[in-house]
Amino acid sequence: MYNFPDSSGHFGPYGGIYMAETLIPAVEELRSQYLRFRDDAEFKAEFAYELKHYVGRPSPIYHAKRLSDDLGGAQIYLKREDLNHTGAHKINNAIGQALLAKRMGKKRVIAETGAGMHGVATATVAARFGMECVVYMGAEDIQRQAPNVFRMKLLGATVVPVESGSKTLKDACNEAIRDWVTNVESTFYIFGTAAGPHPYPMMVRDFQCVIGNEAKVQMPEMIGRQPDAVIACVGGGSNAIGMFYPYIEEKNVRIIGVEAGGHGVGSGAHAAPLTANAKVGVLHGNKVYLMQDENGQIIETHSISAGLDYPGVGPEHCLLKDLGRAEYVAITDDEALAAFDALCRFEGIIPALESSHALAHAMKIAPGMARDKVLLVNLSGRGDKDMNTVARIKGITL
Amino acid sequence: MSRIQTTFDKLKQQQRRALIPFFTAGDPKPAITVPLLHAMVAAGADVIELGVPFSDPMADGPTIQRASERALKHGMSLRGVLDMVAEFRKQDSTTPLVLMGYGNPIEAMGWETFARRCAEVGVDGVLTVDFPPEESHEAFEHLQAHGIDPIFLIAPTTNEARIELVARLARGYVYYVSLKGVTGAGNLDLSDIAHKIPQLRKHIRLPIGVGFGIRDAATAHAVSKLCDGVVVGSRIVQEIENSSEQKVLENVAKLVRELRVAIDQA
Repeated sequence: MYNFPDSSGHFGPYGGIYMAETLIPAVEELRSQYLRFRDDAEFKAEFAYELKHYVGRPSPIYHAKRLSDDLGGAQIYLKREDLNHTGAHKINNAIGQALLAKRMGKKRVIAETGAGMHGVATATVAARFGMECVVYMGAEDIQRQAPNVFRMKLLGATVVPVESGSKTLKDACNEAIRDWVTNVESTFYIFGTAAGPHPYPMMVRDFQCVIGNEAKVQMPEMIGRQPDAVIACVGGGSNAIGMFYPYIEEKNVRIIGVEAGGHGVGSGAHAAPLTANAKVGVLHGNKVYLMQDENGQIIETHSISAGLDYPGVGPEHCLLKDLGRAEYVAITDDEALAAFDALCRFEGIIPALESSHALAHAMKIAPGMARDKVLLVNLSGRGDKDMNTVARIKGITL
Repeated sequence: MSRIQTTFDKLKQQQRRALIPFFTAGDPKPAITVPLLHAMVAAGADVIELGVPFSDPMADGPTIQRASERALKHGMSLRGVLDMVAEFRKQDSTTPLVLMGYGNPIEAMGWETFARRCAEVGVDGVLTVDFPPEESHEAFEHLQAHGIDPIFLIAPTTNEARIELVARLARGYVYYVSLKGVTGAGNLDLSDIAHKIPQLRKHIRLPIGVGFGIRDAATAHAVSKLCDGVVVGSRIVQEIENSSEQKVLENVAKLVRELRVAIDQA
């Protein structure tokens, strides 16, 4: 029976609470409060209410029939997290953590963001629950994701540009941790992915599991059975673990995580620590597969998608890789862009560049499979935020 | 007996407090680090915490972040830091040196190799900021096996149960972080320190050093009355950052002497 993390927050050799002492009491408090409310009927009812009436859940599953026909193999189905309020799966977790923050009496929330989707989700729930909100975002990502920066500001959040290091998601994490250590008593850190110190990988997974739990009900309604594989993109891995976790015990369902291959895993310019078999290391509170040089310094990653541009990955994905229960592959920038275009043209859906990675892998394997096979792709977000990036690549000035 | 214990015992006999400067190895250039160590000892440092640069120094404020970046730009690595300690030990066999940094460079080297190298070159203690006692089993085992003191942090937020946990594992001295925040922040609260140190003494028999936010001689003096050692980091790193290559040794020595005088004042 698969049952992780253990009571000390470890997923086998991964995970843990690798944080400076000042924050250890805060993560312990968070863990005890989360365990207290996780099974609380009132908390669960409020979370379910918000997901239904505010987020618009359940998100539908859609059969991408024209695209599947064109590929001529397995049928591709999409779990439409892009239709959620704020346009991605990130809101599921942000609401869960905001409800917990409210119960813990915290009036100020902070977040890190890469593509800006988690920042927008956090700014949204902060407005919804009347909390002060500060979002840390790498200066380079602010350039790449200008529309989301404006959205956060409209929602009343303060967006702080992070100029240190590579000026991307990992540096935004560093800066949010620095804020938390300084304001630990007043502040709740709404962490965006299923990584970081325990209990975050477990808690974020639990809040995101609504994706896989819905799919397990919806697929039999649509096709009379579960899919042959579930596929999701993996940066930190929150949308993926939300889809995968409920399927772990479904032994006949293949689980495939798709990392950002950038210019190709062989090129070194990528963000695919699992696929590249990166050395295990410690960053941002947990022990995981981590992109680093031979001296243990974290190296700069590359991906066209800001949301996947991160050198680590959540600890549960590391364990699922070792156990062989999930497969991890990489998709390059170019392959993701081709999938992005295909979904726009064949189905009238503009996907996020992150989600385009998962779709690209489905498009890669579908032609080699029988037409009665079914691939369920988690379409984790919509692509509105990526208009500038895609236009620039196509040489178009907006 | 370890150099750290010998040093604190001697200071205790003299009824003096330890001055523990910190700076980042390789900042601004690797060639200056060993001369800086010697200059600090000559100016009155009792123990030196030598920072191992890391690409993602989450517990540090802007001053030490920049020091890390400068050092890494010059190719500084954990291996390089250990070589520097070996070089320092050719002329100084008594001043305790503590390596302070983040866990990943050590994980990459492997704890066994690291601990063995520490013993070979003459490192006395290791403080890994992001490895709390809960995650330090492997580190502790290897450091102990090679006679290296694991140094642990205690923060204003640390509760009594965790103070006991640290008391059981710590060797050398215990480092009390005097504020909630990153290194170099300026909101140190003397009354909190005065209140907290006696609480720590109930469980901890080791010397207690206090650091984070000690920016001038007056504060160093006030803090020294409350504990066994005063750690000054960002202020020294700032001096290194603001000094020309010709003046850096002189300026840092002058600062260390000022701190020494302040701490030794009745």
